[in-house]
Amino acid sequence: MSTMQKLVGWIDDRFPLTSNWKTHLSEYYAPKNFNFWYFFGSLALLVLVLQIVTGIFLTMNYKPDATLAFLSVEYIMRDVEWGWLIRYMHSTGASMFFVVVYLHMFRGLMYGSYRKPRELIWIFGMFLYLALMAEAFMGYLLPWGQMSYWGAQVIISLFGAIPVVGDALSTWIRGDYVVSDATLNRFFAFHVIALPLVLVGLVAAHIIALHEVGSNNPDGIEIKKHKDPVTHIPLDGIPFHPYYTVKDIMGVIVFLMVFTAILFFAPELGGWFLEPDNFIPANGLKTPEHIVPLWYFTPFYAILRAVPDKFLGVVAMGAAVVIMFFLPWLDRSKVKSIRYRGNLYKTILAMFVISFIGLGYLGTQAPTAVTTNIARVLSIIYFAFFLLMPWYTKMDKTKPEPERVTG
Amino acid sequence: MSEQQVDNGKRRFLIAATTAVGGVAGVAVLAPFVMSMMPSQRAKAAGAPVEVDISKIEPGMLLAVAWQGKPVWVVNRTKAMLASLPGNDSRLVDPKSLEDQQPLYAKNETRSVKPEYLVVVGICTHLGCSPTYRPELAPADLGPKWDGGWFCPCHGSKYDLSARVYKDVPAPLNMVIPPHHYMSDTRILVGEGPKGA
Repeated sequence: MSTMQKLVGWIDDRFPLTSNWKTHLSEYYAPKNFNFWYFFGSLALLVLVLQIVTGIFLTMNYKPDATLAFLSVEYIMRDVEWGWLIRYMHSTGASMFFVVVYLHMFRGLMYGSYRKPRELIWIFGMFLYLALMAEAFMGYLLPWGQMSYWGAQVIISLFGAIPVVGDALSTWIRGDYVVSDATLNRFFAFHVIALPLVLVGLVAAHIIALHEVGSNNPDGIEIKKHKDPVTHIPLDGIPFHPYYTVKDIMGVIVFLMVFTAILFFAPELGGWFLEPDNFIPANGLKTPEHIVPLWYFTPFYAILRAVPDKFLGVVAMGAAVVIMFFLPWLDRSKVKSIRYRGNLYKTILAMFVISFIGLGYLGTQAPTAVTTNIARVLSIIYFAFFLLMPWYTKMDKTKPEPERVTG
Repeated sequence: MSEQQVDNGKRRFLIAATTAVGGVAGVAVLAPFVMSMMPSQRAKAAGAPVEVDISKIEPGMLLAVAWQGKPVWVVNRTKAMLASLPGNDSRLVDPKSLEDQQPLYAKNETRSVKPEYLVVVGICTHLGCSPTYRPELAPADLGPKWDGGWFCPCHGSKYDLSARVYKDVPAPLNMVIPPHHYMSDTRILVGEGPKGA
């Protein structure tokens, strides 16, 4: 026995190192037909690590104080050695996190990855999405620019629309009667410690649940139905390591090419990743001429604006997120994957994608009478996708699923 | 000891009692943490009244001052502006200011103590943005019926020159008139009503 084997043996007697390695990597059998869409889960994990590491280094120079915050960010950008790189990695990472997560969620939607027995994976994922939105929102206050300030003012005021307790609740969240130093300080606490802990915990739950039931695949069929009679390994499964670790490294390389291109050549991405108004220090007396949240919130923001009533607008916006939790129970189709669904579902899914992107675009534009009406139509399509799903997924003419994966 | 019968009823009672007492203690410990997030004593004390000199405000102009960290506007409305106000009534949500968004002494046609000087908290009643002052008549983006007022850039809410909200916009209420009174002809104290009011 080599020294290495002895060491591993010594650890294994005290900690399940080898058995965990096998369960989650070398003997975790994933379907052999993963395609392009299966890169985004591991990429999301990569971005999470990137955000945590860059975040720790930003914390070394950032000051969570209303009088110092804006200047401390400029100090990081100008005077801290390589500070600009770390800051732009963090701000680009935030937007790329949502790019990756939205594509990851869309994969789940296409291949029915939320269907039984993977309901809990989807629910943990939705909680991750909620926590990520909270994390991004609170992080955006920290540079203490105009958009930070007024964005926080608007989002916290959303809670004020709740009858009876609303005003007290929004005051409690701010810790003051307006967004102020107290708000900045507590958002810093949530952003750097509370929510990252929640995110990491949920990622663990998401992966544990996935590895318990096994991965879905583009055919939407269960590979565990056909196992080798001797080894009990799924016939269509291949070990995650080395097959998918190597495939994912290829995905990481392509992702980093895109990421670094943005990072070095257009870190603000023309105002899409960092808004111009956020380079002006926060001023509680003057709202910027055109206030919009960052792009990843704009579909929901457009829904909020489309409803001509304060309370109902907030309810619609909240419902637009909450309704996604129920997806596993709304879908009544006989098949999981889009490959075996009929034209009805494909058409409605395409309309949903158009409405989501359309709302996202309208949310970035100043409201006019015409665009508000378009946003109303798109909002109805958005909700119809979910609320009518139990009917159209049943009516849809599906094709028979294959017994084995089709590659 | 080994021959003693296990009294399951007693066990259940003790488990329930311990859980209940422990639960109460847990909730009690939570309270200080929740309350620590409420406005501090310093934040509560920061709302002192603000004195405003209104002699320098030209007719039609707006002066913004900070009171409790919020923008407060003082607008010197012209005769023409005041004359246009009643014409908006049918397009407003609350033209008579019936909702409790102003002190009693400002509950009138012009929502002010002196007709020309409007004193208002410049925060949209929708989601707390500060609307933009648009005193011009019928600009291209606001349409031919625009008599001057405020437009909120966040969600498109509109207010007339008495800060009364128009119909069919997201904001539900007129903007708030803060307590204020005239210390002299040219000085206003924002944050404190007249004595006896």
